[in-house]
Amino acid sequence: MNPFGNIKTIAKRELRAYFSSPVAYVFIVIFLLLNGFFTFMVGGFFERGEASLTGSFFMWHPWFYLFLVPAVGMKLWADERRVGTLELLLTMPIAPWEAIAGKFIASWLFLGLALLLTFPVVLTVNYLGSPDNGVIFTAYVGSWLMAGAYLAVSCITSAITRSQVVSFIISVVACLFLILAGFPPVINLLQGLTHNGQWLVELITSFSVITHFDGFQKGVLDSRDVLFFLSVIGFSLFTTSVILRTHRTS
Amino acid sequence: MIKVERLKKTFGTKHAVDDISFSVERGEVLGFLGPNGAGKSTTMRMITGFLPPTSGTVKVGGFDITTQPIPAKKLMGYLPENAPAYTDMTVHGFLDFTAEIRGLRNEAKKAALNRVVELCFLKSVLHQNVDTLSKGYRHRTCFAQSIIHDPDVLILDEPTDGLDPNQKHEIRQLIRKMGETKAIIFSTHILEEVAAVCTRAIIIDQGKIVANGTPEELRRKSEWAGAVSLRLIGADKAVVVDQLGRLRSAKRVTAEAQGSRVLATVFPRTAGDSQLTREVLEATNGWQVEELRTEEGRLDEVFRTITLPDTAGKEFKS
Repeated sequence: MNPFGNIKTIAKRELRAYFSSPVAYVFIVIFLLLNGFFTFMVGGFFERGEASLTGSFFMWHPWFYLFLVPAVGMKLWADERRVGTLELLLTMPIAPWEAIAGKFIASWLFLGLALLLTFPVVLTVNYLGSPDNGVIFTAYVGSWLMAGAYLAVSCITSAITRSQVVSFIISVVACLFLILAGFPPVINLLQGLTHNGQWLVELITSFSVITHFDGFQKGVLDSRDVLFFLSVIGFSLFTTSVILRTHRTS
Repeated sequence: MIKVERLKKTFGTKHAVDDISFSVERGEVLGFLGPNGAGKSTTMRMITGFLPPTSGTVKVGGFDITTQPIPAKKLMGYLPENAPAYTDMTVHGFLDFTAEIRGLRNEAKKAALNRVVELCFLKSVLHQNVDTLSKGYRHRTCFAQSIIHDPDVLILDEPTDGLDPNQKHEIRQLIRKMGETKAIIFSTHILEEVAAVCTRAIIIDQGKIVANGTPEELRRKSEWAGAVSLRLIGADKAVVVDQLGRLRSAKRVTAEAQGSRVLATVFPRTAGDSQLTREVLEATNGWQVEELRTEEGRLDEVFRTITLPDTAGKEFKS
């Protein structure tokens, strides 16, 4: 069978598994509640008086994802190893990368669905004013790509351990690094520490999701930013495959 | 169909599987025996391509499992130890998934599902979640998964573990029937199962093959093979031991008095010697014989003598 058929079959199973347990619904509800609360209460959507979602809605996403995406990704491989279904999956006539891709795509689509369900915010801002919907669309794409990058990191941590909790904690820490590397207070601190090392600060900030998400929020679809997120995803999934292989050889 | 050559697997410094070679043809059911930790599961995991071997080759239907894993895996059905299954799905959903990943679609998939549901008696739990199933049902669900594509090669790691006696009987019958047209390897703790199902058995200990033959051949290695047991009424124990001990083919005699009866066993000099039975019959002239039978040999005794005692003890819990 062709690889796409295999990937589709695995992704379908994974998605079905999400929705057969309450976890998926709990996740979506929490994500939407957080979005609503932060946009209108903390982000001051109404007080701003501007027809835009950048400052009030999208700016929170890197922080929501920090906790929510590892929660989605933690069971991907850890549970397969704990229950023993990994042995079943890897003795099926499929290539390991197809299984990795299938599982990743399913979770990514799930995150995409949660993101799409925030559409009332878009309707609200369109009702109240006339925002640039192109900017909103680009920001949505960026947000989804960023979620994918977090998710791929969670794939690695999930493959490392049998325990979902351990996987969750490690991936939160790893994703926190991805955020903090571009967080203004941290950048200021780094600049204070390194007097002539502007290149070092730039190097570190270039690893941050915030730096790369910024462009999307402003409506700029820069190929470098897209490439950044896609390469984080590609690299992380490759690392996952290496980890899964090492488990079996040692 | 299955050809294993000089297979080795080392974990750190431990040789889990140490230079094992054997082959299984279509129409054969190979029983895999051995104490816990002897390397049975590790060998099966290498055959199915889950673990890469340290050295040596496995060929399934001519395809090397390390260099051509996909076509080799297509020919195989595998029931791993402890019968894992996705707990967050229904039995139907799980079997549907495994059928699809085996490349079955539409009508073919439906037919395959119906077939395994019937064979493994899963109809009553078809729409139940896997994590609510009893151990026996979960086992059969995973077993159904392994035969859903009607594979030429079946690798079953303890297929009857955790089943009740009726279910064990059903599964054994199924394995024996499928063994007529497939190449099957299965591991077990239960020695009677080997006699009931296998056409050949291999005993592994500490990663090495210590015995390989038909169940009859293995039995003949036992000192019980060809031994004669008899129950006598009104005989004297000492006389019985003395008389029977003088027989030409007798190696030794054990006897035990039970009230007015004597239970005696005569072991042959060469295992499986049928001459002994005749000699014993002649020697019993003056005694009143209540029962006399020739033993076939005991697999469990063979097993215990050729595997290491410190590990073998654990194996006999079941």
